[in-house]
Amino acid sequence: MAFTFAAFCYMLALLLTAALIFFAIWHIIAFDELKTDYKNPIDQCNTLNPTVEKLVLPEYLIHVFFCVMFLCAAEWLTLGLNMPLLAYHVWRYTSRPVMSGPGLYDPTTIMNADVLAYCQKEGWCKLAFYLLSFFYYLYGYVISTISTGMLSLPPLLLPSIRVCYLYLLSFCLYGYESNN
Amino acid sequence: MSNTDFSSQNGAGGPPYANGPSQNPVALQPPGPGYMAHQTPYNPMQAKGPMPPGPGLYNSGPYQPIPPVSSNQALPGQPMLKRPPMGPQHSMTPPQSASPNPGSRIPPAHATPPPVSANNYQHAPAWQYGGTPPMGAPPSMGAPPPMAMPPLRPVGNHMTSSPSLATPQASSAEYRATPPVFHNAMQPLGPPTSLQGYTQQGHMPTPGNGAQVPNSFDHLEMGPKMAGPLPPQQPGPPTRHMGLSYPSLPPGYQNTSAPPNAATMQHPVQPSTQPYSHPPPYQQLSAGPAQLSPSLSGLSLQSQTPEALRVVNLLQERNLLPLGPVTPPTPCLPQDLQKINCHPEVFRSTLTSIPQTQSLLNKAKLPLGLLLHPFKDLSQLPVVTSSTIVRCRSCRTYINPFVTFLDQRRWKCNLCYRVNDVPEEFMYNPVSRSYGEPHKRPEVQNATLEFIAPSEYMLRPPQPAVYLIVLDVSHNAVETGYLDVVCQSLLENINALPGDSRTKIGFITFDSTIHFYNLQEGLSQPQMLIVSDIEDIFLPTPDSLLVNLNECKELVQDLLRSLPQMFGKTMETQCALGPALQAAFKLLSATGGRVSVFQTQLPSLGVGALKSREDPNQRASAKDIQHLSPATDFYKKLALDCSGQQVAVDLFLLSSQYCDLASLGCISRYSAGSVYYYPSYHQQHNPAGVECFQKDLKRYLTRKIGFEAVMRIRCSKGLSIHTFHGNFFVRSTDLLSLPNVNPDAGFAVQMSIEENLVDMQSVSFQAALLYTSSKGERRIRVHTMCLPVVNSLSDIFAGADVQAITCLLASMAVDRSVTASLSDARDAMTNASIDSLTSFRTSVLTIQQPGLLAPACLRLFPLYILALLKQKAFRTGTSTRLDDRVFAMCQLKYQPLAYVMLMIHPALYRVDDLTDEGALNVSERTIPQPRVQQLSVEKLSRDGAFLMDAGSVIYLWIGRNCNPNFLTQVLGLPNYAAVPLNMNMLPELDTAESQRTRAFVGWLREQRPFFPILHVIRDESPLKASFLQNMIEDRTESALSYYEFLLHIQQQVSK
Repeated sequence: MAFTFAAFCYMLALLLTAALIFFAIWHIIAFDELKTDYKNPIDQCNTLNPTVEKLVLPEYLIHVFFCVMFLCAAEWLTLGLNMPLLAYHVWRYTSRPVMSGPGLYDPTTIMNADVLAYCQKEGWCKLAFYLLSFFYYLYGYVISTISTGMLSLPPLLLPSIRVCYLYLLSFCLYGYESNN
Repeated sequence: MSNTDFSSQNGAGGPPYANGPSQNPVALQPPGPGYMAHQTPYNPMQAKGPMPPGPGLYNSGPYQPIPPVSSNQALPGQPMLKRPPMGPQHSMTPPQSASPNPGSRIPPAHATPPPVSANNYQHAPAWQYGGTPPMGAPPSMGAPPPMAMPPLRPVGNHMTSSPSLATPQASSAEYRATPPVFHNAMQPLGPPTSLQGYTQQGHMPTPGNGAQVPNSFDHLEMGPKMAGPLPPQQPGPPTRHMGLSYPSLPPGYQNTSAPPNAATMQHPVQPSTQPYSHPPPYQQLSAGPAQLSPSLSGLSLQSQTPEALRVVNLLQERNLLPLGPVTPPTPCLPQDLQKINCHPEVFRSTLTSIPQTQSLLNKAKLPLGLLLHPFKDLSQLPVVTSSTIVRCRSCRTYINPFVTFLDQRRWKCNLCYRVNDVPEEFMYNPVSRSYGEPHKRPEVQNATLEFIAPSEYMLRPPQPAVYLIVLDVSHNAVETGYLDVVCQSLLENINALPGDSRTKIGFITFDSTIHFYNLQEGLSQPQMLIVSDIEDIFLPTPDSLLVNLNECKELVQDLLRSLPQMFGKTMETQCALGPALQAAFKLLSATGGRVSVFQTQLPSLGVGALKSREDPNQRASAKDIQHLSPATDFYKKLALDCSGQQVAVDLFLLSSQYCDLASLGCISRYSAGSVYYYPSYHQQHNPAGVECFQKDLKRYLTRKIGFEAVMRIRCSKGLSIHTFHGNFFVRSTDLLSLPNVNPDAGFAVQMSIEENLVDMQSVSFQAALLYTSSKGERRIRVHTMCLPVVNSLSDIFAGADVQAITCLLASMAVDRSVTASLSDARDAMTNASIDSLTSFRTSVLTIQQPGLLAPACLRLFPLYILALLKQKAFRTGTSTRLDDRVFAMCQLKYQPLAYVMLMIHPALYRVDDLTDEGALNVSERTIPQPRVQQLSVEKLSRDGAFLMDAGSVIYLWIGRNCNPNFLTQVLGLPNYAAVPLNMNMLPELDTAESQRTRAFVGWLREQRPFFPILHVIRDESPLKASFLQNMIEDRTESALSYYEFLLHIQQQVSK
């Protein structure tokens, strides 16, 4: 009966992904506001909604953090699934416009339709990815706890958990589409 | 819809397009040799004579029968308020229309378009010069008066006027043939429209019919005195006379119908006499011109080939340049709407016919966008003072000429289609002092006008005019001697600075420290305050640094007189621009205003210090140009702060070395300032640069200025703004924040079509600029443009405005080269021309023939693209200084279209044989109008003198064997060898030749707000290279010649 390091990683990732989902939603809302904000007051703040800017680095750091955790726990499959997003984050941050402070968005180009559309799309894609990974981590967490210690579980439990998650997954996908 | 019927008629009847292979034998020859040997038999220029000059001609006759107008949106059955004709109206068939064919090579199909298309396709009146009563664009407005015929002109126009004059008998048959086309086409669509009215008008003048003559001849822009059976000679210069080919046309029109076209020709003939036996319906028809839906115009566009769609084989026809300036196409709108439409110099669209859907736009592969010059100096601008400004309640559009009045009390917005109430106050017309005619208010009669805004449009009391001059006084700066010029110029113009009694002024100088000047009233002399803590800048005496100009004028003048000497002995080489700008921002942040920064070297101290990034050895060889984007975001952030506090920063860069304009320019770019750049400025070594700087400075100090401005661009539902180009900060999807706005700033907007515009016949765009004038008034300048919506590719091509497209592409390419790379941007531009020509070839052309085919309206497109590729901003292979390149990029984005076009494609004139023939008369001066030559060395001859107008610089090239007469009479020099290597002035000699040349150069200079310097060049001159670099049709070591470029495009197109 051991609560393994892998299980701990999954649990942590689960919680952090919940936060990331929140970030992604915030991101989407902020850009949507920016796009549809026709009644912009004259003395509106020059820069883009600063909270979004401030969330960029924490989001990237959180993601890097649990990627490192998975690396330490030798969860290769999970790490592999996260690699594309990690690479994307690195690319995105290195190709950001010239800036003295941290940040990603250039207030002078953010209103270009291309950039705005890209940012919105990015937000939706990330939201989908985080939602999927949320359930994956939950699944991984259960699996790792079961496989290591809780042998007393009835043999049918494992498949039933799988089915359960498939159902949840499809539900979540459906919800995402109807949102759109 | 009968639309389809009509096109199917075409399909069955034969090729609708003019240049069938059978008619164009030349086109079948292998292109190569003919091109190089040059002088293909076809020279359109000879045929396309210019319009005889004179302002009256374009004004055209009073065309009375134009009935009152309602708007497109009105249902036929609904009661409508009629908009009465206002002022003289345009006839739609001015005789200056292009006749692309000299008699020798008339493909019959060229003659085929029956007059219908002409009438329909109301491009004809060269709208922009002289003939625009509502806009009030008098000839002096800067654009040359009707010199050359506009090249993009339906052939049909030509037909309407000329045959009826020259051979009335012959042509009348054709006329008969035509109206039924229309008639048939119209019937299913509801009440016939005014088109017939026009057609009839065009037809009426029969020689000898005295009663009808005045009107109709006016209509033909001949003037009443020409009444009678005249040859089509016009009171213009005989040599440039396009009428020469008239007599040859009717026969061609009648007899030579080529077999493929026969069916199309004959089809309409059957019900021929109908219209003439029933005149009354036509009278009635003319009742509602506004009911003419653009889609109807589209109908006949499909049936005949308008001039804009005439197929040109670019590999064959070399002489593509029009004689004079390239004129923008006229939107295919009902004439009364077009007449009041916004002036193309102010508001221009790349496509004058808006595609119905985004997919159609994508198919055309042409960019959709607007080019604006919103604060242009206008000589006549209606100003409306009223306590309530009538705007749409939902989209806040200002009421404009394109709205619909449902009845006296309600109007329908033309952007969002909401029905609004007409306020009580609007019922009274202050101009005519009548009540109950809201549609006659100036707001509804002018597409460009200005409102004096009431207090709702102010967030704070209007700011005073505030000017802050920030001067670099380091050793390098003093060395160039620019301080003298600036101070002198300020002294001279201190009373001409725009402003009122509240105007404030202040000065800051900087080297390694920041110097402030206390100019407070009561001091005996200006007091200099030095702040050496550049890390944490502060204002020593915040209240007395900015002073009221009127109260402290003596002190200011004292300071300006002593300033140049104060730093004469300075040994300080460092320069802290960043802290100086921070100080300027702090000083102005309470009020807003304008900062003019004069900088001569790379900032080296404090925040915003920059390092040299350019490696001069890499200029020519580098594969891709680096460092086009800023090195630091300090200037951008500061500019955004400035923008928030309504401070604009204008940058004058006078430098001999690399200054990193890419980084420094951000300070102006995002604060809506302007950038001036004088490379290698030096008082002694570069007198031409000094003169240029002086002139520019004078204009800069005295030009109009608007403070704390915002500009919003609204467009009809379904369209949306994609990207803005220019100097500003984008605050919302359609709102630009412009701390200052000046009359020399241009803007470009890329548009996209978000929803299909299926039910709309026209769309409108409205730019509203809210600003505080230098007199402390809050004003709103509103421009509205209306454009038709079309649903076929050929209509889109027919309405393409090649200059606007080029300028928009240039702006997009600048963005691309900064975000991606220069080579990417170059490829994108080349692809733009390839794609659009491919699309034209595959989707519009029905007959495939060899060669590189382009519609006549886009015939200059590849040339302009090549010119862009060879422009300083985008060229590769030649040594271009990074700052020069970045400055050229700034200008491409910031200058209004007319000036950008000269920068891209300079105009070359031969000036050793100037004559008064065809000359313009502007305010008692005679200005000769030589024709524009192609930019090829082949055109230069050793025994001539050529003037190249490249926008910001003018070159006068003297051939080695130049006519000695020219040398003595114009240059005042005995022989060629006596031409000095750097000559920048034309001596004022009292000879006719000298006067003509000077008048011409002076006239060219007057047309732009900056001062182009004149360089007289001979073979040994150092500037010869830059002169020759502008010869864009020639091959250079690293770039293709025009012909090679065309071959490249052809290869790609026919893939």
